Amino acid sequence: MPLPIDFHAQLEGQRDYLLRYATLQLRDSDRAEDCVQETLLAALAGGAGYDGRSSLRTWLTGILKHKIVDAIRRSNREPATALEPEGDASEFDTLFDPRGHWAQAPMAWERPDSALERSQFLAALEACLEQLPARTARAFMMREHMGLETEEICKELGISATNCWVMMYRARMALRLCLERTWK
Amino acid sequence: MKLMLPCSEVTRLVSQGLDRRLGLSERVALRVHLAMCEGCGNFERQMKLLREAVRQLAEAEGPRDTGPHST
Repeated sequence: MPLPIDFHAQLEGQRDYLLRYATLQLRDSDRAEDCVQETLLAALAGGAGYDGRSSLRTWLTGILKHKIVDAIRRSNREPATALEPEGDASEFDTLFDPRGHWAQAPMAWERPDSALERSQFLAALEACLEQLPARTARAFMMREHMGLETEEICKELGISATNCWVMMYRARMALRLCLERTWK
Repeated sequence: MKLMLPCSEVTRLVSQGLDRRLGLSERVALRVHLAMCEGCGNFERQMKLLREAVRQLAEAEGPRDTGPHST
């Protein structure tokens, strides 16, 4: 089946979204750009494989995810990245009293229901994400942004499942504390 | 497993519950605690909101171009 004439234009129309998707995960605009470029080329070459059952964006995002995982795998082989302390998330113990009860219990957050509140919440979240240590952020985003399962994250990052759960816990606790300051 | 978990342990279980299927005794202990502890209930709702929000991030405008686009 020949590709529709405007297929190329439709692909281009998704570029900004794909770039944002990749940048959120990779925190590196050059690498993100490379992944998007590879994705669009692969989509052009394999356009006949798009059967129209899912949205074009969903289909492209599926290709992009593989490109991003490849990029993460490549960057893992680079020796330069300084290791962050793995730890056991004991830095959050001070949130609790010696018996394990909250020293200061979490409050109910107002749900961001209006469009304005939602965009404010997401902006606050994105600012908080940027404060996470790189390795923690990468693992957390593989889980929550790309929706990968723990096993796949362990395999790609070469860590144990327990280690992965600790990283997720740290990320969530740190994001919660950060949002508690910047949200309400 | 003790019937009443400390909040510190509950936060770990709530987090792990987002990443793996908890065992039956873990789920029961969690439900018992969450039914009685407002702080941990709020914590669990915050974690769910966090998950929802991260999934929407790519759809949102980036922080550097939140203003209206001029044409």
